[in-house]
Amino acid sequence: MTAAPPAIVARDLAVGYGGRAVVDGISFEVPAGGCVCLIGTNGSGKSTLLKTLAGLIPAVAGGVEVAGAAPGTQPARVGYLAQRPASSFTLPIRAADVVSMGRFASLGLWRRATSADRAWCEDAIDRMGVRPFADRPLLELSGGQQQRTHLAQALARRADVLLLDEPTAGLDPNGRETFAEAVAAERARGTAVAMATHDLGDADGADVVVLLAGRVVAIGHPSEVLTDDHLRASFGFTGPH
Amino acid sequence: MYDALIAPFVDNQFLERALYAGVLVAWCCAVVGSFVVLRGLAFVADALAHGVLPGIATAVLLGVPVVLGAAVGTVVMMGGVAVITRRSRLSSDTAIGLFFAGMLAVGVMITSRARSFTGDLTRILFGELLGVDASELWWQAIAVVFVGGVAWTCRRPFLLLCIEPELAATSGFRVRLYETLMLVIVAVAIIASFQSVGTLLVFGMLLAPASTAALVTRRLGAMMLVAAVLGSVCTYAGLLVSYHADLAAGASVVAVAVGVFLATFAGVEIRDAVTGGGIGIPPGAVQRHAHTHDDGAHVHVHGAEHPHGHVPGERR
Repeated sequence: MTAAPPAIVARDLAVGYGGRAVVDGISFEVPAGGCVCLIGTNGSGKSTLLKTLAGLIPAVAGGVEVAGAAPGTQPARVGYLAQRPASSFTLPIRAADVVSMGRFASLGLWRRATSADRAWCEDAIDRMGVRPFADRPLLELSGGQQQRTHLAQALARRADVLLLDEPTAGLDPNGRETFAEAVAAERARGTAVAMATHDLGDADGADVVVLLAGRVVAIGHPSEVLTDDHLRASFGFTGPH
Repeated sequence: MYDALIAPFVDNQFLERALYAGVLVAWCCAVVGSFVVLRGLAFVADALAHGVLPGIATAVLLGVPVVLGAAVGTVVMMGGVAVITRRSRLSSDTAIGLFFAGMLAVGVMITSRARSFTGDLTRILFGELLGVDASELWWQAIAVVFVGGVAWTCRRPFLLLCIEPELAATSGFRVRLYETLMLVIVAVAIIASFQSVGTLLVFGMLLAPASTAALVTRRLGAMMLVAAVLGSVCTYAGLLVSYHADLAAGASVVAVAVGVFLATFAGVEIRDAVTGGGIGIPPGAVQRHAHTHDDGAHVHVHGAEHPHGHVPGERR
């Protein structure tokens, strides 16, 4: 019996814009069902790394695989939540419809949505607590409710890899708990999660932590990375952890 | 009542054909206009509508079909904008504005060469709804089928481009291809409609019914349907106004369509004031349009603030 291939692999990866690296020397592997937390200050390269994993920008150098293939080549298997999803408000589209757009990667141009597609959307709506405002226009919702809606959209994709950029931003404590339960459930069914966050508490359950500060400060198990020295090097203080 | 509302179309073949042509324009513009409104393409649509002028003028000069000239003008305009945008650091707005002015200037220069062009220029700019012939109706019908077919086939990537452009890219849709396809159907709608309502007034038919529909609907399909029905009703009403008041037909149709938008806007405002809610855009909400660049999705933000206290697209 052979071991399952890692869900995310980065080998001496450099990420950035226009061929210029923001961060380089990033190497880690995340197994199916595993979690990597990207932690660092503003502008440290967390979002740039996630966009590279999502295939939105090309890697500057090094190797990277997501769900066993080059980034961006398997959209149905990889879900991505941007730091602040840019939703147009010209059409007051309902929250439930925003969630259902998460299935478009699997449906493509031609496939009709089946009862299974609809069931996954309904399940995501329930899991992220979107049900009470599912029929309301997105533009009428609070920032936290919009974030729950977009998290439900990411869950509705039923991806093998979830790339989440500051997923708990704007969520209240109840929302954070709901999100943590959803991530635990996704990991239990084999989904790998890569998550950028400012909250050191989010890293507790991670397999790998990547601590960034415009460079790689440390990569490894949370207990090895979240030390006072590393946090001081990254943030300038040790934080509450 | 019959004499005032129905008889003009029964007794007058020109008016009857004008009604058919106007309804076809309304349906074509409803589909395309919905994307123009949602994606924030009003400027590029306006520029395309004027950019066809030199092509049409040259076609008239050479005696070839004006539709062919309009198509060539559109290709030159779209190609030029694409090259300037991709090969320079100038924004697409700047490139569109440059070609808009340049193509319009060339069109006016060509038409100013001969006095005989004066009438043609007026027809190009304002159309001749009452002069539509059967072949033009067929071309318009083909354009409606083409535009509808592309819009239906590409409904998912088009919706994502309008609502969440970055999601289009991460959902496996080739953003540049679908952006181009969207512009192609905008161009087809303009080319198919300009002979009826003119290059100036087609812009009104693209925007007015779709904008009205955006005020009262929550889904893209519903928005298109409402825009198509509204556009058709405005065509009928505008032609009636034109017939009874002896006014220009195309201009009457567009004026009614814009009037309906203003009336609907006022109605929505009054309803929201009375009910304290509604589905209009709340005060302080930013109007955003987004398009993608080579480095991924890039969001333009217009307005002062976000309703929930942050500016989308800003890095934290």
